[in-house]
Amino acid sequence: MSDHILSLVVWVPIVAGVLVLATGSDRNAPLARWLALAGSLLGLIVALPLATGFDTSTSAMQFVEKAPWIPTFNVFYHLGVDGISMPLVLLNSFTTVLVVIAGWQVIQDRVAQYMAAFLIMSGLINGAFTALDGILFYVFFEGMLIPLYLIVGVWGGPNRVYAAFKFFLYTLAGSLLMLVSFVYLYYQSGGSFDIQTWHKTTLGMTAQTLMFLAFLLAFGVKVPMWPVHTWLPDAHVEAPTGGSVVLAAITLKVGAYGFLRFILPIVPDASHELAWLVIALSLIAVAYIGLVALVQADMKKLIAYSSIAHMGFVTLGFFLFNPLGWEGGLVQMISHGFVSAALFLCIGVMYDRLHSRQIKDYGGLVNRMPVFAAFFMLFAMANAGLPATSGFVGEFMVIMAAVEVNFWYAFVAATTLIFGAAYTLWMYKRVVFGTVTNPHVEHLSDINARETLLMAVLAACVLGMGLYPKPFTDVMHVSVVDLLAHVGQSKLP
Amino acid sequence: MDMKTLYLIVPLAPLAGAIIAGLFGRLVGRTGAHIATIAGVAISLIASVLVFQDVLAGHTFNGTVYTWMALGELRFEVGFLIDPLSAMMMLVVTFVSLMVHVYTIGYMHDDPGYQRFFSYISLFTFSMLMLVMSNNFLQLFFGWEAVGLVSYLLIGFWYTKETAIYANLKAFLVNRVGDFGFILGIGLVLAWFGSLDYATVFAKAPALANETITIWPDSPWMLMTVIGLLLFVGAMGKSAQFPLHVWLPDSMEGPTPISALIHAATMVTAGIFMVARMSPLYELSDVALSTIMVIGAITALFMGFLGIVQNDIKRVVAYSTLSQLGYMTVALGASAYSVAVFHLMTHAFFKALLFLAAGSVIIAMHHNQDIRYMGGLKKYMPITWITSLIGSLALIGTPFLSGFYSKETIIEAVKLSHLPVADLAYWAVLIGVFVTAYYSFRMYFLVFHGKERFHNAHHHDDTSHGQDDHGHHGGTPHETPWVVTGPLLVLALPSLAIGYMTIEPMLFGDYFGNAIYVSDRHPVMNELNQHFHGAVAMGLHAVATLPFWLAVAGVGLAAFFYLRRPDIPAALSKRFAFLHSLLVNKYWFDELYSFVFAGGARLLGSGLWRGGDQATIDGAVNGAARLVGRVARLFKAFQSGYIYHYAFAMLIGVFALVTWFARLN
Repeated sequence: MSDHILSLVVWVPIVAGVLVLATGSDRNAPLARWLALAGSLLGLIVALPLATGFDTSTSAMQFVEKAPWIPTFNVFYHLGVDGISMPLVLLNSFTTVLVVIAGWQVIQDRVAQYMAAFLIMSGLINGAFTALDGILFYVFFEGMLIPLYLIVGVWGGPNRVYAAFKFFLYTLAGSLLMLVSFVYLYYQSGGSFDIQTWHKTTLGMTAQTLMFLAFLLAFGVKVPMWPVHTWLPDAHVEAPTGGSVVLAAITLKVGAYGFLRFILPIVPDASHELAWLVIALSLIAVAYIGLVALVQADMKKLIAYSSIAHMGFVTLGFFLFNPLGWEGGLVQMISHGFVSAALFLCIGVMYDRLHSRQIKDYGGLVNRMPVFAAFFMLFAMANAGLPATSGFVGEFMVIMAAVEVNFWYAFVAATTLIFGAAYTLWMYKRVVFGTVTNPHVEHLSDINARETLLMAVLAACVLGMGLYPKPFTDVMHVSVVDLLAHVGQSKLP
Repeated sequence: MDMKTLYLIVPLAPLAGAIIAGLFGRLVGRTGAHIATIAGVAISLIASVLVFQDVLAGHTFNGTVYTWMALGELRFEVGFLIDPLSAMMMLVVTFVSLMVHVYTIGYMHDDPGYQRFFSYISLFTFSMLMLVMSNNFLQLFFGWEAVGLVSYLLIGFWYTKETAIYANLKAFLVNRVGDFGFILGIGLVLAWFGSLDYATVFAKAPALANETITIWPDSPWMLMTVIGLLLFVGAMGKSAQFPLHVWLPDSMEGPTPISALIHAATMVTAGIFMVARMSPLYELSDVALSTIMVIGAITALFMGFLGIVQNDIKRVVAYSTLSQLGYMTVALGASAYSVAVFHLMTHAFFKALLFLAAGSVIIAMHHNQDIRYMGGLKKYMPITWITSLIGSLALIGTPFLSGFYSKETIIEAVKLSHLPVADLAYWAVLIGVFVTAYYSFRMYFLVFHGKERFHNAHHHDDTSHGQDDHGHHGGTPHETPWVVTGPLLVLALPSLAIGYMTIEPMLFGDYFGNAIYVSDRHPVMNELNQHFHGAVAMGLHAVATLPFWLAVAGVGLAAFFYLRRPDIPAALSKRFAFLHSLLVNKYWFDELYSFVFAGGARLLGSGLWRGGDQATIDGAVNGAARLVGRVARLFKAFQSGYIYHYAFAMLIGVFALVTWFARLN
């Protein structure tokens, strides 16, 4: 079994999802819930050996599995993790448990299908993070979108069709261009879909530039980068809480992961040449989106915009080409996973009670829900990048890395200290502080044991990572340094 | 006991108290909460005293507690630097904090958030200690932001009060503007020094003294100037220096104990402490020092003016704090770091005293804070009266009291400074002496002397009635309980004597040793030393100096105006209506910022959202969607449903593919 840890990590959630689906109608909803919880927990447990057995001294792929899949085209079932992907797999498996618990009472309609969608998506995302074969990656990468469409489209809000369609439209163009790039790489590498072979394939500048743009569109949409970001606020607003959590915590990371696994190592010369473009788009994301977030009236939209701004730090960090920037970007990805998940859960807690996401419908929540208010404060502060929370670590590292490259990059990036605090705490003030003005708020009850559990677990993650991020950077460091060295070498023929 | 353990106990004991009161507040109850937190801070104070004695014996420490993060060689650590500077700060912080903790038992007696309050102030103590004990920039920033967080939580402690939750957001955001500069400064330090460790950076600093960087094309800047100025932007936020001063007066919306602890004695002095700590860097840039001096001088004088027209007892003290922070900043600019820190210490005692005394008055006045509705409280509240008098006398620089020694030395230091801006600053701090004396005793006379005006106060609708209402209106005012007056008496002692006792070792002895570095190019301290002939001589000599008579004049004028002829200030404010309005409206800084920054950001955000995201980007996306729709309608025509149409299309397709493959081979 120990040789197949990654297969288990990918397939346990999927098989569990199929089993949950088999429970059928809502008459068996309790069974579906417990089965889903067991499946997600098992999915997390089988992923734990990745952390405990991980060798931090090498950048080579670990826990590798390789078997022929479509021999005609040299396609392999090839899985493996390094210091870059391993933490993301764990984050995904962990988040799956949270969303199953989060949907426990809220989802009363088509429970089995709902839970199954999340489990299957979890397995597919793990597949995308661990695939070392281009076609295998493409299958997982595209496959994970199907459950996500369904989650938004079936359990979503009134405008869900528009949101799902918009998302689809954005994704389509990028994905097709990526597939074309894969086919081109297949021919250039002498008939291989192996991603690590692609890393070594020499490529001319024109080909690199075209592929860079194709990949940038494919992954940039997922991140999402400005200006291909407008699907995200709409998707979040329509998605159920669990959908928003996975969307923010995991799906966006797949896009950012693509930068490190595909763009930078496969087309390094074009990446250096066009770094200014990504840096400019990232800085726009931080400053422009920060201002846009400020004026949002809908809490979910606000946090969605805040996600875009925070992901701007990830892409900025990656294109600074130094270890601090890369690891800062990676740390920011994981931290954003915790913090955005927590904030969407917080909004979910409020929405479940009042059925509104509008800031103006709230006010004075702390009078009725003090425990909730305390957790919400912690996560809001983490979103504002307060030291000792995970939100600080990545932003700090990227700002430090940016100063080294160009003072003005850091200058624009550091505006997040002001904007991030402004939009988060202004929202918090209007929602939580003050006197109760809406009579409905007067009757709200504080969070229950299930909600407290979710909040407490995430609070522990946010504080733990903020106070002691060393284990995370230890895991990443060797992989990042070696990959950086690789990206530093020209691939021009 | 191992000294390292002792160092750890200093911050961790208050943290333990904060956790007990915060997480288990319901379990331990009110008494449990204040016992736990007071015990924590008391332990911390005792440990600080032991550390202080150890430092006096010549032992310093610079070491790591744990590695926060490591990227190969680059390590970010949490660690302590225990030297005379940090040891003194630890004493001041834990001592004032302990007094405030005890005082809080009385002040917050009826508040439903009792445990929460104790938890916050203990958490604050922990954060402040981590800040001052740090041996690196990262932990400094941790403490820096943590005290900002607790300040935010405490200003908004009465969270249903609209003014309080406005003030705390404002405080946090203005501080974040300072932190914006601060973190960029830290970034430059890391980029150029390759480390955030104080000792490493300071050792390397002289080698980089003449380094220039190009911030803007074709205009090289001295690296040290840029770093110094950026770090100082952080200090301007935290220590409320002009033009980032706007948050401090509003922070008075918080309960009075925290105004004393956070917004007078400790947190707001973090910026002063930071610059003093960074003396090896600041000494390398005259531009940075000059800027600091100008900013400090503006703050010292112009914030003092505002104190003259305030009617809220806490706001008078708040503007006085701003002004005094300006004095400390001026001293930093004059390279008299030890004098700045010395004033920081004396100020911590007498300003904490003044705030807590103000709080005592506020309790007696049933939380009416308007000094126009007080008067004659001297006979009802003898302890509050005498301690307030001591605090006020110390503040205005009465010879032999603590504030005299520190403020007088600052004025002398500015006079001796060779910076080109020093002349200007000298006049600012000199006039400031008169202003300070005037507003301090205006308040003192209005509160403790003259007619008893509090009987009229009940009709006065005071919006500041918060949850802190003690609920027993009416009757004559009476002295507050011992938990309130005790700390006043204890704080009165150092307000009286600490300056006299410590000026010699701290400023002219070798107390600070290597903790503060002064370049030979700025020999202010040496020149001061030549004029210094002991604390007694200095006190006696005072009557022959200008500041003394300016202070006397200030007190005299206040007495004349507010005890004899209250009609004169009233007439003056009418006669000079614009000037009065300028001061009452605090030079319209709040309006300006609220309009330009808060309004501007929202306008810009709205514009970008509606114009950028919705109109342009979504416009394009929806346009593309419509295009897809149109194309789809076009292609729908091909879907005729006739099998032979499809078969024909398929044949064409097969033909095309076969041709293509044939050409490939």
